[in-house]
Amino acid sequence: MTKLGHGSFLQKLVVRVPFIWLLAFFLLPFAIVLKISLSQTAIARPPYTPVLDLTAGWHGVTAFFGGLSFDNYALIGGDPLYVLSYLKSVEIAAFATLMLLVVGYPVAYAIARTSPRWQAVLVLLVILPFWTSLLIRVYAWMNILQRDGLLNDVLMALSLVKTPPAWLATDTAIYIGIVYSYLPFMVLPLYATLEKLDQSLLEAAADLGCPRWKAFWLVTLPLSSSGVIAGVLLCFIPIVGEFVIPDLLGGSRAPMIGQTIWVEFFGNQDWPAASAVAIVLVCLLVTPIVIYQHQAMRAAERD
Amino acid sequence: MTRPGFAPWTDPNLRPLLRIEAVSRRFGGFAAVDSLSLDIYESEFFALLGPSGCGKTTLLRLIAGFERPNAGRILLDGVDLTSVPPHRRPVNMMFQSYALFPHLNVEANIAFGLKQEGLPRDQIARRVADMLALVKLDTYGARKPSELSGGQRQRVALARALVKRPRVLLLDEPMAALDKKLRGETQFELMELQRRLGLTFIIVTHDQSEAMTVADRIAVMERGRLMQVAPPAEIYERPNSRWVADFIGEVNVFEGRLGDDGMTVDGTTAGRLRLAAKADAEPGRIVFVAVRPEKVRMSREPPLPGLDNSVPATVMDIGYLGEMSIYKLRIRDGVVKAAIANTGGGAQRPASFGDEVWLSWPPDAAIVLTR
Repeated sequence: MTKLGHGSFLQKLVVRVPFIWLLAFFLLPFAIVLKISLSQTAIARPPYTPVLDLTAGWHGVTAFFGGLSFDNYALIGGDPLYVLSYLKSVEIAAFATLMLLVVGYPVAYAIARTSPRWQAVLVLLVILPFWTSLLIRVYAWMNILQRDGLLNDVLMALSLVKTPPAWLATDTAIYIGIVYSYLPFMVLPLYATLEKLDQSLLEAAADLGCPRWKAFWLVTLPLSSSGVIAGVLLCFIPIVGEFVIPDLLGGSRAPMIGQTIWVEFFGNQDWPAASAVAIVLVCLLVTPIVIYQHQAMRAAERD
Repeated sequence: MTRPGFAPWTDPNLRPLLRIEAVSRRFGGFAAVDSLSLDIYESEFFALLGPSGCGKTTLLRLIAGFERPNAGRILLDGVDLTSVPPHRRPVNMMFQSYALFPHLNVEANIAFGLKQEGLPRDQIARRVADMLALVKLDTYGARKPSELSGGQRQRVALARALVKRPRVLLLDEPMAALDKKLRGETQFELMELQRRLGLTFIIVTHDQSEAMTVADRIAVMERGRLMQVAPPAEIYERPNSRWVADFIGEVNVFEGRLGDDGMTVDGTTAGRLRLAAKADAEPGRIVFVAVRPEKVRMSREPPLPGLDNSVPATVMDIGYLGEMSIYKLRIRDGVVKAAIANTGGGAQRPASFGDEVWLSWPPDAAIVLTR
């Protein structure tokens, strides 16, 4: 009996560890950021008020809650700098995700169609860049894209351009950096679904009079939709909040939201505004995640 | 089962619907189909039978167009199909895995092929409805394949192929995934359907009783070649080789030397055997006498002297199958199997373990094989 009780305790613990983890490392920090977003900036340490002062007793608690306000959210809504920054991030994330899909789908399809021995090698090649730090890879791109860099050398040598164009500090550089860095996150989920695709379904389509190109639209693409959704979300969500790539490769005229948060936090020392921007971003990103969860649950019910 | 009076393959003036001419398909150094020629006729129910790996599925896939032959050609209605891609061939296939589209419901699965033909919407709807009624799935049109039982899925696969009105319907192990009882019922339904629609069916199976039940003719395949092509009864009663005799059902084989008169075989494990007719082989050569277990009679007393072949034997083993029992018996230098019908009531058995009995069979029950 005691042994059984012990086992069930362990089982409960195993189930609860992820919840405890989420509580300690996501919900609690989130609550702290939420609280800071409702505060006002102050020249103090920490640089905001109010701060909960439990030594002042009940009066301290009421003063704390009385000091909270939604002023920062009104500020974000009213200032085009923030709105444009959000729009810029969503725009870049949307176009970059589309490019990733267009580039990644054929790559994943080709890998899924090679012999199993080659598949392992090719998948390894896809994840090979992860063995180097993202920062170093982005620095390498800075080197390639600079005015006297490799890209311009090649373009000049091929006489494709007369004067070397500026690549750095443009949206093109951001797109190059993002598509390069996120390609594995698009290719791997697509590969996973395409690899499972039953080849006899394509034979059945051909048998029923469907040419190959049409069978792709009628059979392959619908049956890989779960991989497309997973890949799109895996890319779109982090790209919206991307900081390193636009900061190093992009210009500063129209910053992405990650850069805006960074400037508020470290440049302006305005923790409350930075927190409010971050909270709004999380709320924006939760929407596609909820849609994905809904899709995944429906797919699970189907199987 | 052969239909009485239906034997288009005996008419030399009739053009076959499907003609396979010296077709080979090699994978690396291995010939899955080896220079094989075969004619199949209009509204025939034809079975390709053989052990796994004999090339029967490759042959079916060659007809469907999923495989290209390395040599030879395939003609349908006299038209060379060899370079026609699968989506333009007037043949349809029912896949062993059924290959139903999991993202489409039953109706859309069946309509898929008709949509490719660009038929008007109302015509597609009518033909799909007719087909659903034919396979008795009228109320299942809106279901997804995952919501169907194995037997229902099999019917959808059949309907999806039949709705295209193919010149030839190819069935790749169509009943392999069904349980035994359902398989038996489905075999008869399939035959009935084929007769009603008057279509040509080619079925691939490794199950000999299935092939015998449904087919007008059976092609027995081994290592990419045809061993024998004949109606089921002929394959069973007059196999052309030891391999076919052994593959189709059980058989006792006695090896011996053909006597000078061509009517006896000497030196077998059952002694000298008499034949019903002069064997079609030169006297003095080694031949094989094949006797099916159900043709062997068993008795306590020695049979009356006559024309029957007889041999004393000892019961070694009895396998009770219900309607009959399989007896394994020892004769002089070998073992013989006899299938004895259990016609007596109760647990009565004509013989028990260790009993001394006599086995006999009429000379016309034996088949003489030279290879």
